[in-house]
Amino acid sequence: MSWVVNFFSSSVGKKVIMSLTGLFLCLFLAVHMSGNFLLLQDDGGLAFNEYTKFMTTFPLVKVVSYITYAFIIFHIVDGIMLALNNRKARPVKYAVSKPSNSWQSRNMALLGIVIFFFLVVHLKSFWFELKFGHVPMDANQNKDLYSIVYEAFSQWWYVALYLVSLIALGLHLSHGFQSAFQSLGLNHSKYTPFIKGFGLLFSIVIPLGFAIQPIFVFLKATGRI
Amino acid sequence: MKLTLKIWRQRNSNDKGKLETYPVDGITTDMSFLEMIDVLNQQLIKDKKDPVAFDHDCREGICGMCSMVINGRPHGPWEGTTTCQLHMRAFKDGDTVVIEPWRAASFPVIKDLVVDRTSFDKIIQAGGYISVNTGNAVDANSLPIDKTNAEDAFDAAACIGCGACVAACPNSSGMLFLGAKVSHLALLPQGEPEREKRVLNMMKTHDDEGFGGCTNTGACEAECPKGISLTNIARLNREYMRAAIGSEEEVR
Ligand code: SF4
Ligand code: FES
Repeated sequence: MSWVVNFFSSSVGKKVIMSLTGLFLCLFLAVHMSGNFLLLQDDGGLAFNEYTKFMTTFPLVKVVSYITYAFIIFHIVDGIMLALNNRKARPVKYAVSKPSNSWQSRNMALLGIVIFFFLVVHLKSFWFELKFGHVPMDANQNKDLYSIVYEAFSQWWYVALYLVSLIALGLHLSHGFQSAFQSLGLNHSKYTPFIKGFGLLFSIVIPLGFAIQPIFVFLKATGRI
Repeated sequence: MKLTLKIWRQRNSNDKGKLETYPVDGITTDMSFLEMIDVLNQQLIKDKKDPVAFDHDCREGICGMCSMVINGRPHGPWEGTTTCQLHMRAFKDGDTVVIEPWRAASFPVIKDLVVDRTSFDKIIQAGGYISVNTGNAVDANSLPIDKTNAEDAFDAAACIGCGACVAACPNSSGMLFLGAKVSHLALLPQGEPEREKRVLNMMKTHDDEGFGGCTNTGACEAECPKGISLTNIARLNREYMRAAIGSEEEVR
């Protein structure tokens, strides 16, 4: 099995891990974002709580969520290893540099760190509360996560934190999505323009979708809509 | 025209090195960048100072020796041009020009602007060859080769091994060079016998020599004087996966 280890520790192998986990997490983002639109339903959160129950108890979804946790960890650990290795490859920096590549492509690690800290706050507020905290019950005897979300998003600074993190996510995706295909060797004159275009669209739509939810709840909680 | 040059001076590989400022005068627009440094060196020699060491050989854009980062860009401001082919009309009277060597752990500075690119030679040695039978020369065009493949292989073969891709890459990765070298043989029937072994060995040498990994920023492609494209890196990734996962070859 040493060939597997050798493959994944080569610079291409590390990128394969980065791209496969990254693309899986893109899928996760799409699902997570669509589901959360139930927050916009005007039923005091009943549908959202029902959905939460399904997502946290249905066995198949549970398996997928464990895979997601694992992939997030792989993505982070592999990213750290890549970043450290790449740093080591240039011990002396240039006095003057005029980069011809995009800012986000050079700062994927920085953007990743911002997203990581967001993730910690996000998981603490909702995931941790739901699992270990005290959550009231709603009218259908489901855990009322909606009330916790509602409370969190009624604070402007909490919403602001989300919006900043979503910008970081958008930038991360704008490079990461198409980059994942290139890392997997999928660069083709017929498909690459589509992949690039879709990646750009994806990096706008996903953060935008995620941004609508806290903004909507905030406006509702503060009586503006 | 008059210029202010800020040039990296470093006595040897153990010296720390620093940027030194030199004014030069009497530069004409039709001089090449290297001729401009020649002018400076004449002046330094006359003043009994150590002239600036820099690599150069062909001075016609084919040997890949003239490595220097000019105002933050490998081979200077012109696209698809080596330093020796860069002309002084790219600059204005009174400009300040900062000249630095390639910066990479795998390209240690020998002196001033001269770096040691043995690491590239090692990559070539690890797989940049093919098996041919000796004996009578075979008929030209006896091997049918698809036109697109022939063209892509030729484009990849245009790499002159200058190392600007490494110098431009934020990770000092040698993937564009490696991608070009692997592609040019992988696309042709002559490269077939060593196809898997080649990419595995060359990749291993690339990593062992301390180059960084590719993060697809595209800086290499933008700075490559020979227009080597990123598709070669994608092909390299494919070739590597194909060899590592899909062949009997050992992955070291
Ligand atoms: S790929 Fe381009 S920049 Fe890199 S060594 Fe070859 S010619 Fe130079
Ligand atoms: S000196 Fe040969 S390429 Fe510039």
